[in-house]
Amino acid sequence: MHDIWKTYPDGTVALQGINVVIDRNEFVYVVGPSGAGKSTFMKLIYREEVPSKGQISVNGFNIGKLKQRKIPYVRRNIGVIFQDYRLLPKLTAYENVAFAMEVIEAPRRTIKRRTMEVLELVGLKHKANSLPAQLSGGEQQRVAIARAIVNSPAVIVADEPTGNLDPETSWGIMKLLEEINFRGTTIVMATHNKEIVNTMRKRVIAIEKGSIVRDQQRGEYGYEI
Amino acid sequence: MRFSTVARHLREGGKNVARNGWMSFASIGSIAISLFILGVFMLLAFNVNKLADQLDNQVQIRVYLKLDLGRPKIEEVSRTIRRIQELKSVTFVSKEEGLKRLRDSMGEEGKAALEGYDNETNPLPDAFDIEVYEPQTISYAAKQIQAINDTDPDKPIMAVKYGAGTVEKLFKITNAVRNIGLFIVLLLAVMAMFLISTTIKTTIVARRREISIMKMVGATNSFIRWPFFIEGALIGLIGSGVTSAVLLFGYSELITTTEQDIGLYMIQLASVNEVGWYVAGTVLILGTILGIWGSTISVRKYLKV
Repeated sequence: MHDIWKTYPDGTVALQGINVVIDRNEFVYVVGPSGAGKSTFMKLIYREEVPSKGQISVNGFNIGKLKQRKIPYVRRNIGVIFQDYRLLPKLTAYENVAFAMEVIEAPRRTIKRRTMEVLELVGLKHKANSLPAQLSGGEQQRVAIARAIVNSPAVIVADEPTGNLDPETSWGIMKLLEEINFRGTTIVMATHNKEIVNTMRKRVIAIEKGSIVRDQQRGEYGYEI
Repeated sequence: MRFSTVARHLREGGKNVARNGWMSFASIGSIAISLFILGVFMLLAFNVNKLADQLDNQVQIRVYLKLDLGRPKIEEVSRTIRRIQELKSVTFVSKEEGLKRLRDSMGEEGKAALEGYDNETNPLPDAFDIEVYEPQTISYAAKQIQAINDTDPDKPIMAVKYGAGTVEKLFKITNAVRNIGLFIVLLLAVMAMFLISTTIKTTIVARRREISIMKMVGATNSFIRWPFFIEGALIGLIGSGVTSAVLLFGYSELITTTEQDIGLYMIQLASVNEVGWYVAGTVLILGTILGIWGSTISVRKYLKV
């Protein structure tokens, strides 16, 4: 990201002059108070929002200047995980994960094999035919993670993935994300969870009032230095 | 597009109908009900139209000739009449024939009344029954026939009868019925579209989130659109299929009842073959278009994420 500014149409200035480079295979926490611009920061990465000024490139794509038509193809290389899971409510766990592969028009047999593979990785093979409503929060988030990684993206963007989960479940999710990171996927995760940040020491980017106030390897939680 | 993707879209479109259970049911219901009303009215309009046609065609001119004209003169008048272009057919009805017809039409009681009249004492004049191509030209044709008297010194025409006034009124009524029918059919079609679009609007809210999630995992617009398209087509097809089945069955029952049980021979309904398939076809095509149209607009709104 180079000199990123973001002003929303209603005049809110979300980001002012962000400069940051995240390398391949890094694990980055993005911390900061609510309304500091964390979410905007994340949304810019998966091209939900476009910067008002500045350049962002993800996987070598200049996504600020991307044509509307090309957006889907860039998103296929970015896995996104949300606080509220965002699963398709009428599809089973299996179908939710498989959907991400159907989108890239993978052969059916490949879809079947790979979907079962990632469901096993997140420990939900036995719940493949359950609907999201029949799963616990932690399980739903695991399905969302399975969906995010099924196409082996280069980057995973996780916006408060543990925000709705109890501490124990959160740890399970973090272990899973660490495992995915270990296998070679870059992870950018926005979080409010102090305990996680302080225990699993990674690079920490603190954002406050639209600017980066701290960028520290193996940093601690907190945004006022 | 890969073949497996086409198959996937078809499969997903079908599954969506089942997954959205009640919403699909509501959409199918609203399509079925509006098309049913439309179909009933179309059948009604068809029959009114047919009735109007029958009435139109029954309109004919009867020309009474002067008594005792003699064969050669009748031949001459016949030739003159036939020269008038508007006429479709000219049939000579001799006075003997006329008497026989009168007897037939009056039945039992007539027998007594017409007792004593035979070919010698027949009081009826010879006549021509005349049909025209266009019922609307009937009064003009009648005037032309009447005009034969002006040129012929024998004045062979005793009277020209075609129900003057009554016929014109009838045309006005049948025309009005046709126009009103067309207007109401159009009105109902618009109403059906409105009803369906309202049903769809309520499904949009649910779809909005779904579509944004699909986009999040990198689905292209057309990938998202296809299953919705098929879903809409299926809903339209099911709704209109039910409607046409009910209409066809109901209508054929109606025909049987009127013809056999009530014995309404005077009002002859258009047969199922004549109108039923036409109405069913229109309903099916319209239903499918409505379904596709509805789902397409509901999706298009949320594709621009």
